[in-house]
Amino acid sequence: MNIVPYLIRGLATGGQFALVAIGYTMVYGILKLINFAHGDLFMVSGILLIYLTASLPTFPIWLSILLMIALTVLIGYLIEKCAYSPLRQAPRMSVMISAIGVSYLLQNLVAYLTGGQPKQFPDIPVISDSVVLFGVKDKLTVFLSPVVAVLLMAGLVFVINHTKFGMSMRAVSKDFETSQLMGVKINRVISITFAIGALLAAVGSVLYFAKNTGINHLAGSTPGIKAFIAAVVGGIGSVPGAVVGALIIGVVESLAKAVGLSDFSDVISFALLIFILVIKPTGLFGEKTTEKV
Amino acid sequence: MRETFWDKNKRTVCNLGLVAVIFLALVAIELFAPSTSMWFSVLRKVCTFSLAAVSMNLLNGFTGLFSLGQAGFMLLGAYTYAIFTIPSEARVSVFRNYGTSVIDFQMPLIPALLIAGVVAAFFAFLIGLPVLRLKSDYLAIATLGFAEIVRGLVQLQQFGPVTNGPDPINKFTSPDNVLVYAGITGVCVLLIVLLINSTYGRAFKAIRDDEIAAEAMGINLAHHKRLSFVTSSFFCGIAGAMLAMCNTSVSAVTFTSSMTYQILLVVVIGGIGSVSGSILAAFIYYSSSEWWLKFLDVETFTQAGTKVPLLGPGFRMVVFSVLIMIVVLFFHKGMLGSREMSVYDGFMKIRRLFCRKQTAKTEGGEQA
Amino acid sequence: MSEAKNVLHVENVTMQFGGVVAVDNLTMDVNEGEIVALIGPNGAGKTTAFNVITGVYEPTNGAIDFEGKRIIENKPQGKMKKLYAGQNNGVYTSVIRKTPDCLTRLGMARTFQNIRLFKSMTVFDNVLTAKHMRRTSNYFTAMLHLNGKEEAAMRQQTLDLLTLVGLEDVKDELATSLPYGKQRKLEIARALATNPTLLLLDEPAAGMNPQETVELTEFIRYIREKFNLTILLIEHHMNLVMDISDRIYVIDFGKEICEGTPAQVQSDPRVIEAYLGVAEDDE
Repeated sequence: MNIVPYLIRGLATGGQFALVAIGYTMVYGILKLINFAHGDLFMVSGILLIYLTASLPTFPIWLSILLMIALTVLIGYLIEKCAYSPLRQAPRMSVMISAIGVSYLLQNLVAYLTGGQPKQFPDIPVISDSVVLFGVKDKLTVFLSPVVAVLLMAGLVFVINHTKFGMSMRAVSKDFETSQLMGVKINRVISITFAIGALLAAVGSVLYFAKNTGINHLAGSTPGIKAFIAAVVGGIGSVPGAVVGALIIGVVESLAKAVGLSDFSDVISFALLIFILVIKPTGLFGEKTTEKV
Repeated sequence: MRETFWDKNKRTVCNLGLVAVIFLALVAIELFAPSTSMWFSVLRKVCTFSLAAVSMNLLNGFTGLFSLGQAGFMLLGAYTYAIFTIPSEARVSVFRNYGTSVIDFQMPLIPALLIAGVVAAFFAFLIGLPVLRLKSDYLAIATLGFAEIVRGLVQLQQFGPVTNGPDPINKFTSPDNVLVYAGITGVCVLLIVLLINSTYGRAFKAIRDDEIAAEAMGINLAHHKRLSFVTSSFFCGIAGAMLAMCNTSVSAVTFTSSMTYQILLVVVIGGIGSVSGSILAAFIYYSSSEWWLKFLDVETFTQAGTKVPLLGPGFRMVVFSVLIMIVVLFFHKGMLGSREMSVYDGFMKIRRLFCRKQTAKTEGGEQA
Repeated sequence: MSEAKNVLHVENVTMQFGGVVAVDNLTMDVNEGEIVALIGPNGAGKTTAFNVITGVYEPTNGAIDFEGKRIIENKPQGKMKKLYAGQNNGVYTSVIRKTPDCLTRLGMARTFQNIRLFKSMTVFDNVLTAKHMRRTSNYFTAMLHLNGKEEAAMRQQTLDLLTLVGLEDVKDELATSLPYGKQRKLEIARALATNPTLLLLDEPAAGMNPQETVELTEFIRYIREKFNLTILLIEHHMNLVMDISDRIYVIDFGKEICEGTPAQVQSDPRVIEAYLGVAEDDE
């Protein structure tokens, strides 16, 4: 049996999950918040592109995509401003509940607007085209996804480690209050973090939905939860960890399909999650935390 | 001055009075409400999810263990209950895709409920061994993963003769008398309340407040966390069985993680660490989502024949989500915080308010 | 002194975090009825030593006996095999590790440097919780409240203890609503509720004014008499330490630099050097 196509498809799904996983991991790193709404934002960006291409048929597709990315970033920003930033002083559980509330709201709003029916994702030229690479014939998006994910990750890691903004991000994630005292504008840092997360989710949604063409209001939950597992496996809070975790999850699921366990693939990724947590309680690249007595 | 019985127990007595009133109201509904009334289905759901929420509160609110495995334990309870209570003659038709069921006898309701709880508790024990060492969010994630694994496994064809694979199980015993549900929930919640107020309950709260101090006070962390986790899962299993009875059919697709989030939402809206809050929140949550807001889903026309704007399928859930967001944003601590509802204190508060008005009036009168 | 029973024997304990040696080859003894102080400049490793003794941290090497029974023993293993920078490598062969709750049940109780009360509980419940570990009733009888006698006994003991330490008038208040000095006292009361033979106090006078410190000194003496305690304490208030201690261990950079009575320690040049630094080091 030739496993190359499975490996490539695994890396592709992994790459798409990675773009979502980075959003989870960055938000967790800074706010210690599991942003349950992130997967739904991913779905919303897909729906946005559908509506944009339908209502603006004269626009070239790349312009619609750019517009969609801008709108998704705006929504990501607004979610943070409306649902999370009023809760800065509240217990962590409240913020998490607020995230669940946003997730509900996005799902229900989309269900209301679409009537719960799946919508057809538009054909995007170039990346929806079929190509043959490494002896595997598939859509270009499949080959593109891991590359895009790794490139964006590299860019982001550079920003985090070598720029002033990255330094303030690291400061906020280490200690919220002290960095505020040191003059870091934490609200700005948090807003930009959410914006970056939304941007990556939007890019990921183009790559992801270009091969899975139907989207309904629940389309975000599977990639959302997979990306979330990936972020945790990689060590939540670590950007490279999220990408590595996502690639592992993608490949493992794809290999499970290869050996005929496709019904099992969800079970396997969750089992992998628990297994890794039991061995390394904070994930592969997670920081070890010791409680001070 | 010796404390009289009334002084010592006035709060308990008043609250028992409230419970009695609720019980009588339920009896009245059962006897007199028309059979088409929404009360029946809503109250069954409320009872079921009250128990689920209270058992989640035992773990999250009172022991400080953030677990999101509820859906998984409810699924185990629901399946166990359903499998054990299908009448023998109906088994062939239910399990038609798999020849027949491996288990071939029918149990009465109460033992089946207990077994449902025990099965959930047993799995909680097993999964608890490795995952209870994890801290806060990681525990939540691991238990969430466990719930998804369970949900994936029961749907496998290989387990068909036991779980009926991906097909739903039905035709099992499902009483529709609201009092049965209220009775089960009442007994279970009573047990949980007793537990919380026992010496073990204090140990759980100590662990919630400060693990390191609790350990220094001689409380074995692993043992007590496991106790709380297993107990909570036992009641979760029973709640799952009740959900099976409510729905008259069990299928793994019901027990998604979003159901866990729903229960968590109920717990937080009611107040983390408040049993009465969980029950109150469950009542408000399920009555409004399943009943009071139902009109929003129906396209309505005014007498002039114009359509009322926005109303239509799906609008109810949009409004409902907005309402949840409002509650979460403006009531950080939920309805009751970590306090319990107390009829006596509420009554005294009202009386004091009333009395102050009176004294203010008389004072004003004297001055004039 | 020599015929007094040994309560705590710390032997060659080294605690290393990665490459940092926090406690270096510490050996100390505490005998029955003594009040022993462990002092040293900030960051000298006192609290780490405390945490090793109470089982919170596993020492990298060394052993600890409590009332003649070995409770903790460890040797460098795993990553530490290569990194180990301490002494006496290879002396200890077995690994004995008791968790803090086990040690508390054996009769070792402690307080914390930064107060760790149970925040949501009343003063009474804080102390009552410490009685949990002496329970004889099992989970189910406790759940069904069939252990009324035991529960009543626990409550009575708690009330007696609170009266003894003078906190009975605030027993129904939230622990965290108490003034700072009383919170410290409550923490000690909670530790006493476990019926310890050895009480370990981690900076009991931290944040107290001179008046409160004097009261605390009296209080520590009082409970030692009342409960036949042996006490090991870490403290920065030198007045309190010199006043109350029978013996003092001084450590700096994890190493013991001096041991003796308060008078001996006060006149030891090494101690003065550790606290004030050598003249050349200053500007």
